Amino acid sequence: MKTAEKQRIQQQFQEKMDYDELLNCMRCGFCLPSCPTYIESGKDEAHSPRGRIALMKAVVDGDIEPDEEVKRSLDMCLGCRACEPVCPSGVNYGHLLEQARDIIYQNQQPSLPVKALRKAAFKGLFPHHNRMIALTGMLGFYQRSGLQTIARKSGVMKMLPESMQLMETVLPSVPTSKLMKNRPRHLQPAATTKKKVAFFSGCLMDTVFLPTNDATAKLLQYAGCEIVIPETQACCGALHGHSGEKQQAKALAKRNIEAFEDTEVDYIITNAGGCGAFLVDYGHLLKDEEGWQTRAEKFASKIKDISSVLIELEFHKQNLVLENEVITYQDSCHLKNVQKTFMEPRQLLESIEGAAYVEMKDAGRCCGSAGIYNLVESEMSMQILDYKMKQTKAANAKTVVTANPGCLLQMKLGIEKEGLTKQIRAVHIVDLLLEAYENSNKQ
Amino acid sequence: MLTKEIKQQLTAIVGPENFADSKASQLVYSFDATPQFQAMPDAIVSPRNKVEVAEVVKCCSQHRIPLVPRGSGTNLSAGTTPQQGGIVLLFKHLDQIVEIDEENLTITTQPGVNTLELIEAVEAKGLFYPPDPSSMKISQIGGNINENSGGLRGLKYGVTRDYVMGLEIVLPNGEIIRTGGKLAKDVAGYDLTRLFVGSEGTLGIITEATLKLIPMPETKKTVLALYEDIDAAARTVSKIIASRIIPTTLEFLDQPTIKVVEEFSNIGLPTHVKAMLLIEQDGSTQTVEKDIEDISEICRENEAIEISVAKTEADAEALRTARRSALSALARLKPTTILEDATVPRSEIAKMVKAINQIARKYDVEICTFGHAGDGNLHPTCLTDARNKPEMERVEQAFEEIFQTAVDLGGTITGEHGVGAMKAPYLHLKLGEAGISAMQGVKQAFDPYNIMNPGKMFAKSSRKRVVVSP
Repeated sequence: MKTAEKQRIQQQFQEKMDYDELLNCMRCGFCLPSCPTYIESGKDEAHSPRGRIALMKAVVDGDIEPDEEVKRSLDMCLGCRACEPVCPSGVNYGHLLEQARDIIYQNQQPSLPVKALRKAAFKGLFPHHNRMIALTGMLGFYQRSGLQTIARKSGVMKMLPESMQLMETVLPSVPTSKLMKNRPRHLQPAATTKKKVAFFSGCLMDTVFLPTNDATAKLLQYAGCEIVIPETQACCGALHGHSGEKQQAKALAKRNIEAFEDTEVDYIITNAGGCGAFLVDYGHLLKDEEGWQTRAEKFASKIKDISSVLIELEFHKQNLVLENEVITYQDSCHLKNVQKTFMEPRQLLESIEGAAYVEMKDAGRCCGSAGIYNLVESEMSMQILDYKMKQTKAANAKTVVTANPGCLLQMKLGIEKEGLTKQIRAVHIVDLLLEAYENSNKQ
Repeated sequence: MLTKEIKQQLTAIVGPENFADSKASQLVYSFDATPQFQAMPDAIVSPRNKVEVAEVVKCCSQHRIPLVPRGSGTNLSAGTTPQQGGIVLLFKHLDQIVEIDEENLTITTQPGVNTLELIEAVEAKGLFYPPDPSSMKISQIGGNINENSGGLRGLKYGVTRDYVMGLEIVLPNGEIIRTGGKLAKDVAGYDLTRLFVGSEGTLGIITEATLKLIPMPETKKTVLALYEDIDAAARTVSKIIASRIIPTTLEFLDQPTIKVVEEFSNIGLPTHVKAMLLIEQDGSTQTVEKDIEDISEICRENEAIEISVAKTEADAEALRTARRSALSALARLKPTTILEDATVPRSEIAKMVKAINQIARKYDVEICTFGHAGDGNLHPTCLTDARNKPEMERVEQAFEEIFQTAVDLGGTITGEHGVGAMKAPYLHLKLGEAGISAMQGVKQAFDPYNIMNPGKMFAKSSRKRVVVSP
């Protein structure tokens, strides 16, 4: 890092970091045992929440420069926010991390390829639904045309890092472009209307995981919801926010608030823990944008995860049947630590007849997916995943249930890595619930 | 600053991956859980075994480099801040339980084992290791031994000291010695085991410990008693002990503490009362039932307005969790939280609580008090803002008066947090100059070059400071 760059970063730390929040950390260390990178790094304070906050504060105080090591410590953070619920002082670590990353990335000259990749992904891809469809369409062509077979046989894949190689094998068969383009905009409940909800479709969920979005809509209909799906909605901006692209995240937030503002619904439903957590925080994201904070908070107050609304509408009291299978649940960090939704998914799974729910040890610990973390910090991600797979195997479950697309892919990746594709499957909770609901209605 | 030569020596001993001296790594090991204390080490070294520990100690001794052993850095007396720089020594590689001996009822462990993991390992075998400091989820057993940690169960079961039977120690000259053993009786020479427990890393490096275990009590019950009068609660504490009942825990929370804890953990604590006692008894079912009945009666006689027995283990655990997080929950109120642990004989509890309230009023500072009332170990906690200098001066004066009052009542300046850098200026209140000299003689005998955690325990000058950092 160049001196001028460091000075700029330091100055902006002094201007923009919330110093009261930094002081709020009393360094008690209660966060340490909850931090996956602290544990996996062999208890290195530099990879703990307490250590990272101390580093941020030291940069503001001018005690140290924001050098590569400081950046490394912040980069290594999963952003799982498991440190927040256990923090007695209530430090909002997530906000501190986002602000610090934003300052560093906006002031640093990344290497050209990284810059190009970031620009392509964050500016060129995620915000544009049509481009997501196009790219997913290309992926579909790759999968269906025989190219995939050729790529795998040729050994080209071996040139990629382990997590990318595995990712290529576990990506689901994606829908055709036609299916992705013709989405419903308004759906009626199966019987009487109990709630009117809007559905936040998400960018990945509405392309690569399209069937899961369809399943979500069906569950909502069965549970008694009238559903509107605003066409002008966009990507939630979480990937941008977590990666130091705050301005773009703000632009996306505004688009979403506008898209849902006139829907007059009881709730806005998400089925991706990561998106949901970012959406409920729009008030904070837009706190300095004139005229937006109140609108953002109103939007955020309506966000509800699918599990949560299903419990409220007593969907778990419906007949749900699976055939003799042991299931376990892997928490989505952001669903649990930010949206505080962790009882509801378990309650739903426990209500399935014929299925035995087993809680895996440390189900609340991150799986190592964390947005694009498993691609950029492959080594640590795989180490965290290995621990997760150890617990998954110990739980003896046939089905691992997840509540976020990143977690779902990562668990699939873990299963592939362990060579257990014949014994264990990873599913999104809505797909499993729909399967259980349709099973019982067949009988 | 370490010379290139010393760096090379240390790296050769522990391997390059176990030596760190970047600015960032120095910074993250410059503090512990004590507010207002911070000092940068020169390097962080993680030896892989006791032989490497001894080699590192020899190197430091040869070059007169300060050496600070550090567990998880959760202590509250600035016991692990490297006040004079030097090496912070970590125990991440010495993290194995060596043996649980079910015949002699002992556990032998390396220092880097997490306290809670150790407790769970012995409990899985139906055995019990009672010391339970509030930080046990995070702390390492080596840190507990060096600080002689207490906990909630101290009243009945004692503290860490009462469970350490033997130690393996690397002395400041690099020699490795063993003290004590799996022996209930052992009078061979000076009791070095007791000397090293609570020595705060100022005499040597503990590399292994043999700890006493006891059978797991059959059952446990938890009672909550609420008071509209803080004195009535304090009187209850004295009365329970005077009635020949020794509960496992007898914890006291005052109103400001109750309010904050409830806000943090939402477990339904009533926030309108002035004081709360959390009382637990364990043992055989019969004894526990009778004691809990008697305790409830004493609470009633002493004007408790509400007495409830936790119905389920989950209820009881929630109450204990709330008490455990009291300190940190208080941190929500103000930017700076200063926790003290002035301790008095338990018969003097009521007087001490009253005195603390008066002192807080006198100096116009906000002090919440909670603590292990059963063993006289109170935690007067000051909520303040380090940026407010005039207030910090008053906080300083208030604490000095609290310490003096505790000593006057036959108590001490610190019950379980240790002296460290924070309480060093006050040690003379408890020991007198002759007492300090005697201790300095011991220190000099073991550590003639003063390399072991220098700047702790003994103040350089008589200038007092608890909260105003240098």
